[in-house]
Amino acid sequence: MRVLPWLYLAAGFLFIYLPVGVLVLFSFQEGTLPVPPFEGPSLRWYAEVLGDDDLTAALLNSVVVAAGQGAVAVTLGFLAAYGLARHVVPGTVFLRALLIAPLTVSYLIVGLGLLIVVQRAGLGLSLWTAGIGHVVINLPICFAIIYASMGAQQQNAERAARDLGAGEFDVIRLVTVPMLAPAILAAYFLSVTLSWDEFIIAFLLTRFEVTLPVEIWSMLRSGLSPRLNAIGSVVFLVSVTAVVLAEVLIFRRRR
Amino acid sequence: MSARADSLKGWGFAAPALLWTTAFFVVPFVVMAAMSLATLDGRTLIWGLHADNYLELAEERYLWRAVLVSLEITATVTVVSVVLAYPLAWIIAFRVPARWQRLALLLAILPFWTSYVVRSYAWLLVLAREGVVNQTLMTLGIVAEPVTLANTRIATVTGFVHFFVMLLTLTIYANLVQLSPNYRRAAMDLGANAFQTFRHVILPLTLPGIATGAFLTFVLCIGDYITPQILGGNTELTVPQVIMVQLGRRADFPLASALAIVLMALVTLAYLACARWLRIDRL
Repeated sequence: MRVLPWLYLAAGFLFIYLPVGVLVLFSFQEGTLPVPPFEGPSLRWYAEVLGDDDLTAALLNSVVVAAGQGAVAVTLGFLAAYGLARHVVPGTVFLRALLIAPLTVSYLIVGLGLLIVVQRAGLGLSLWTAGIGHVVINLPICFAIIYASMGAQQQNAERAARDLGAGEFDVIRLVTVPMLAPAILAAYFLSVTLSWDEFIIAFLLTRFEVTLPVEIWSMLRSGLSPRLNAIGSVVFLVSVTAVVLAEVLIFRRRR
Repeated sequence: MSARADSLKGWGFAAPALLWTTAFFVVPFVVMAAMSLATLDGRTLIWGLHADNYLELAEERYLWRAVLVSLEITATVTVVSVVLAYPLAWIIAFRVPARWQRLALLLAILPFWTSYVVRSYAWLLVLAREGVVNQTLMTLGIVAEPVTLANTRIATVTGFVHFFVMLLTLTIYANLVQLSPNYRRAAMDLGANAFQTFRHVILPLTLPGIATGAFLTFVLCIGDYITPQILGGNTELTVPQVIMVQLGRRADFPLASALAIVLMALVTLAYLACARWLRIDRL
């Protein structure tokens, strides 16, 4: 009886890590098929991935889109959280619901709606349209995280600063933003990760220049390959780094 | 500062976010809803209040089949994920020593942050004919020939369950650690055995966590295109897959929009079904 829970825990972890483990292990495969038996280790597929112009271009696109849309989402989310938490605005409940609304709809629908509007308006698809779509899905998350962390403690410090003669923008710049820095950074890293991993909106809203998940998707048509393992491992490593950073920031705030 | 000036300032700060959400979410959504009531004459789009797309949905077998397939897969995934995740969350909350819990939880949800595309591809590797699972089964002598696992519904469900076990472990764990140990002690003192304590005390108290996780599972699962597309092998299509077919091959935006509205209606129904236990307002 005693060992049963530990066996279950071990089995659970095995299940959770099986795909990631296989993905990473066979990215070091010497041969051309990413299935057992394992031969290697070899870095040949990583070298090939880094030498692939389409992949590196897509990787760069992903970085730019993720970083850019994260900055916009966090800025807009912070301003909205500040406005609704620090000023008495009639209809706050409705406005909050409006800002959170995109979270309740699947990414496919967000992407489809934007695609229809962009096409009707006769505009072209590009990394910009994908970035706009990513802000739509990440703005609610940034708003919610920052709004939730605006407590009475900061409010007192803000009042003190104002009493000492600071104007509203100085208060925001010198008091609110530094005090909320962990939440703001956590929101930023989270939205960067979500954009970095996002497929369907990027797929629907880009055309010639694409992001990494879309490029990986088109590589998938040619079947299993250690190249896909190598690039997949890189994608995973980047996401995990961003998430661990966000986690560390939230964790520090709670202590 | 007058109340009016204060509220104007508040509006000013919130305005960019509100405008963005309105322009790039609300407006596209309304246009999509209108599009679902438009119809195609050849390749020409005719706006108006036509029920054609919704009628087609009821009549065409491959369309309502997709709704059924989506519901079946989503229901299976939700139930299996809850059943697998609950013990995992329980063990992390009550068996793992307190100082290791945060690490155990972080580790249990780390692969959650792999992109859908990469995660589905990784399962394709694991479940392939020459993949790890088949090789292990053959080495152990359980099967003589490789079993077809990839490109089946089993693969789709496995890929989904893997993702949602992590999500549900998180929501159920969050619920379990909030419970005061006094409830368990009181139940035990009153003579309940372990199972009765679980059945009549712990389980009802953790229903909100289960409902939140199950609802999220439902929403994310029924709207996902990638997992069934990569792992399911096109033998049966889900609603998102049919939407993508309408967009790509046939450029039938009205029908795709109607299907998207149906998808939303299903999510709304799921929300109403578990609204009693959900605490979305606390997010």
